Amino acid sequence: MPMTSRRVLMLAPLGVAAAGGLGFYAMLRGLGTGEYDPHGVPSALVGRTPPEFSLPPLVPSGLPLLASADLQNLEGPVLVNFWASWCVPCVVEHPQLMRLKREGVAVYGVNYKDKPEAAMAFLARHGNPFQRLGRDEPGRVAIDWGVYGVPETYFVDRKGVIRWRWAGPITPEVLEQDVRALLRHYA
Amino acid sequence: MIGEFGHFALALALALALAQTVLPILGAARNEPRLMAAAAPLAFGHLLAVGAAFLALITAFVVNDTSVITVVQNSHSAKPLLFKVAGAWGNHEGSMLLWVMILALCGGAVAAFGRALPGALRARVLGVLGLVAVGFLVFILATSNPFGRVWPPAPDGQGLNPVLQDPGLAFHPPMLYLGYVGYAVTFAFAVAALIEGRVDAAWGRWVRPWALGSWCFLTLGITLGSYWAYYELGWGGYWFWDPVENASLLPWLAGTALLHSAVVVEKREALKVWSVLLALLAFGFSLLGTFLVRSGVLNSVHAFANDPARGVFILGLLLFYVGGSFALFAWRAPSMAPTGMFAPLSREGGLVLNNLLLCSMAAVVLSGTLWPMFADLLFQQKISVGPPFFNTALLPLAVPLILAMAAGALLPWKRARLWPVLQRLWWAALIAAGGVALVLAFAGWRIGPAFGIGGGLWLVCGALADLADRIGLFRRPAAAWGRALGLPRAAWGGALAHAGLGVSVLGIAGMGLASDRLAAVQPGQSLSLAGYEWRLDKVADAIGPNWTARRATVTVLRNGDLVTVMTPERRFFPVGRTTTTEAAIHTTFLADLYAVMGEEQNGAAVLRLHYNPLASWIWFGGGIMALGGALSLTDRRIRVAAPAPRGAAKAAA
Repeated sequence: MPMTSRRVLMLAPLGVAAAGGLGFYAMLRGLGTGEYDPHGVPSALVGRTPPEFSLPPLVPSGLPLLASADLQNLEGPVLVNFWASWCVPCVVEHPQLMRLKREGVAVYGVNYKDKPEAAMAFLARHGNPFQRLGRDEPGRVAIDWGVYGVPETYFVDRKGVIRWRWAGPITPEVLEQDVRALLRHYA
Repeated sequence: MIGEFGHFALALALALALAQTVLPILGAARNEPRLMAAAAPLAFGHLLAVGAAFLALITAFVVNDTSVITVVQNSHSAKPLLFKVAGAWGNHEGSMLLWVMILALCGGAVAAFGRALPGALRARVLGVLGLVAVGFLVFILATSNPFGRVWPPAPDGQGLNPVLQDPGLAFHPPMLYLGYVGYAVTFAFAVAALIEGRVDAAWGRWVRPWALGSWCFLTLGITLGSYWAYYELGWGGYWFWDPVENASLLPWLAGTALLHSAVVVEKREALKVWSVLLALLAFGFSLLGTFLVRSGVLNSVHAFANDPARGVFILGLLLFYVGGSFALFAWRAPSMAPTGMFAPLSREGGLVLNNLLLCSMAAVVLSGTLWPMFADLLFQQKISVGPPFFNTALLPLAVPLILAMAAGALLPWKRARLWPVLQRLWWAALIAAGGVALVLAFAGWRIGPAFGIGGGLWLVCGALADLADRIGLFRRPAAAWGRALGLPRAAWGGALAHAGLGVSVLGIAGMGLASDRLAAVQPGQSLSLAGYEWRLDKVADAIGPNWTARRATVTVLRNGDLVTVMTPERRFFPVGRTTTTEAAIHTTFLADLYAVMGEEQNGAAVLRLHYNPLASWIWFGGGIMALGGALSLTDRRIRVAAPAPRGAAKAAA
């Protein structure tokens, strides 16, 4: 190999590291200004009604199915939670969903890309926080909603308009700071 | 008082680390022996100061000193002692302190065991280690002081996430950190070599023990983490391709490659520049993991509470160390003698293949982990990269790696022919094929697990064939025992580590054949699964130190004989108002019986039962791999470094 191309090759790691560093710096800047946020992703759906859909129920759970008609003319605000049994952060967020259920908040679940037995096992092990539960095994409805990963949660007000989206687990902090404020505001 | 003492000790450590950076490197540049000789005492002093700070933090947690913020946020008086101690490093501030503690230990070990190193190299290595410590000590003191005060003291702590209150997790971070930070030493060796502009066989021999030691701890740490996921989060899963898990896998892959390429440097004085780059990469990946976990740029269960200011600081450190070392590499490496060509079919050729495959795997894991973040940043696109991507992309790399692993160890140096090697492996191939056939015959048409079993058997038998060949078991059986005793421990260690990976592969394949069952059961009723009868005897209350629980008693019978009694629980932690489930696991040689208790309704309890064939082999294999590494560390070639007098102790941590 000629000396110059060898020299260029040896510069490659530095170039990659510099590009990566610039990207990371942009992410951190974005975190500060809110432009980059791995959790609360501004959704195109915020301020609009959810897309038309109808999902089959998770039969052994005995819970009613979930369709877009169930998100109109509501008695109170509703959380729509996309989850899966294979998702580790879902375990972390689960106690908060159970707490919301105890407090009487309606939580509707969408079981995303999951096997029915695995989903049932998850609910049996950790408890069932959902009033309604639809099964989205192919993940089509999740695409319409713009879900980019589980867990992800949408806040729907009583008129059926999506007001908030959270990509990531609902930690106790998110519950106290964001969800409670939304529940008070749209009560 | 404890807090102020710890804080002061940290500041002192920073001063000593600064001195440890400047004096020896200056001394090595000017060739002044007195300045270079200051390196070791300064490293010991640095270790003492960091050790004092670390002990101070542990003491604050043990006595539950609620005037220290970290204690208030992460501990509670009702926590068992083990978790109070482990709680000291279960949070951001404390874990950073653990990080610099281990770094100081490594520096102390280099100072103590590195007497045989050439003076300038030793001074430079200790100087670079000091420089790494300076960055992180400044980070701790400026943004993450673990000894911050709160006044008036809180009445009690706010507890720890009960999911994290677990012995496995108590030992998991120290193991991982020993691995991560151990690579700081190989990094320091690489930087020192770049400064000197010289890499030779002796360099390979000094780097290898550190690469090996770090690799052992990292292997153990990853194994423990995976086992924790299995029994704590478990619905049979043991690896989730979570970004934080990937962050630990990356240095492991680079470190494994380094381990193998350092042998080539040592034996053949080839792959020198490449090995230096791998040493820089292994530590760079460790730092990248630290950045990803703590800056908040990604989304994971394991992530610490984070704030962007800290993120910018860690990014600065990352760029300083990684960017600085890569710049040094770009400047100095081209002048190092280009490595000679060698035959593709030879031991060193096999090791190059190993490096190529391992680095490709690292590239896959790295891009799968970072791509969602960069896609979000550059194209405002939200995508998720999950297990399907990693499994599909890594399988085509893992298959040739496993196939070549058994043969590679049998290849001689310099020039080899494939046919004699394959002749020595025919029985391993036969056993592997037999394994595939047996699984297909008895477990149905399950291609993945069948070939997994085949691959695992191939690795284990390949390692045995390697040993049998080296001791001449089949050629001259009478002399075999004597030759076995005379075989270098590195050969035993290498074969053991390869066999360990085979055992892990067998376990992973066995888990592919797992079965499970879910049902609501009344006390007295039984379920049958995998030839066992599982009888729910009763569900009763139980009380622990900081939780109350509902505990099921499940008796497992086989053909009417008692196998075991299992007690899965659902625990309620009043302080955090959370519930966790504790799976009951009965491990036997061939399979795990795994029982989980769900909710209770109308007197019936929901039970989920798993039968996981060969499950424990996954982690058992990890242990064997680490043991193989440790055995290799005791090899005479490593204990007695090249220029050292015979018998000089040079075992590395």
